[in-house]
Amino acid sequence: MKARVLIRPKAGILDPQGVAVEQALPALGFSGVSEVRVGRMVELEIEDESQLDALCQKLLANTLIEDYEIVSVDPAGAAS
Amino acid sequence: MKFGVVRFPGTCDDFDARDACARVDGAEAVLLWHGDHDLQGVDAVVVPGGFSYGDYLRVGAIARFAPVMTEVIAFAREGGPVLGICNGFQILCEAGLLPGALLPNTGRRFIFRQVDLTVERTDTIFTSATPDGQSTLSIPIKHTTGRYYAPEDQLDAMEANGQVLLRYAPGQNPNGSLRDIAGVTNEAGNVFGLMPHPEHAVDPLTGSVDGLVPFTSMASAVGATV
Repeated sequence: MKARVLIRPKAGILDPQGVAVEQALPALGFSGVSEVRVGRMVELEIEDESQLDALCQKLLANTLIEDYEIVSVDPAGAAS
Repeated sequence: MKFGVVRFPGTCDDFDARDACARVDGAEAVLLWHGDHDLQGVDAVVVPGGFSYGDYLRVGAIARFAPVMTEVIAFAREGGPVLGICNGFQILCEAGLLPGALLPNTGRRFIFRQVDLTVERTDTIFTSATPDGQSTLSIPIKHTTGRYYAPEDQLDAMEANGQVLLRYAPGQNPNGSLRDIAGVTNEAGNVFGLMPHPEHAVDPLTGSVDGLVPFTSMASAVGATV
């Protein structure tokens, strides 16, 4: 099955990438955008869904500084 | 005594680290291959800087699973002295041998400059060779991901336990590290990680030999117990 994991800096931890993006927006004419946070997304095919959480904690995210969220698990295994 | 310097794909400071180790009287240094389960009988391990595994996923995240790290972790758990420099510091944090983590610099830029470091303790196996009367070390930094972070309660516990060995001198914090922290040890005091590069400050030609302090300190600690 296909899983999608979102990883982002924990709330309260300064995200310099998010700040850089936020500061670039006014120059392009976009106003009123705040609280930009930049993370990453990992897509994977996994046979045993029960391993997903452990896999996130052990490798995909460093839970001291990052939160992770499993946003999409397609049990049918169909292409999304 | 014998130092072992670990080499991963993407390590770039292995030769400087080996040469710094070999400058210490009575010390020799060998390179340790990431794919080997073998520390070659070394008395102390150095995990040098660079960009192991391309910094993929997170700095240090992949290197911690290299075969040699199984041996480094076992060596550290038995009390063996382990020094992690820059990417080596990041790897030791990911491996759980050191508390905390390293985050991208507050200023978002790669920084390369000489900094002054306040030595918080000289009664350790990594700082005992600090010259008498000298309270700071002049050592270069070069990194993009060097902002030391740990939760506040953990920082309090580390300070109480004397685990903060180096801080950026007042007004010189280059990367937003919490409490100006530049280098910390584990609770037992036998694993030390720092973002500055002592191996690049070992010859008068480049302006400072203060970087010899951790290598000389480790060698004398090992020599004293052998």
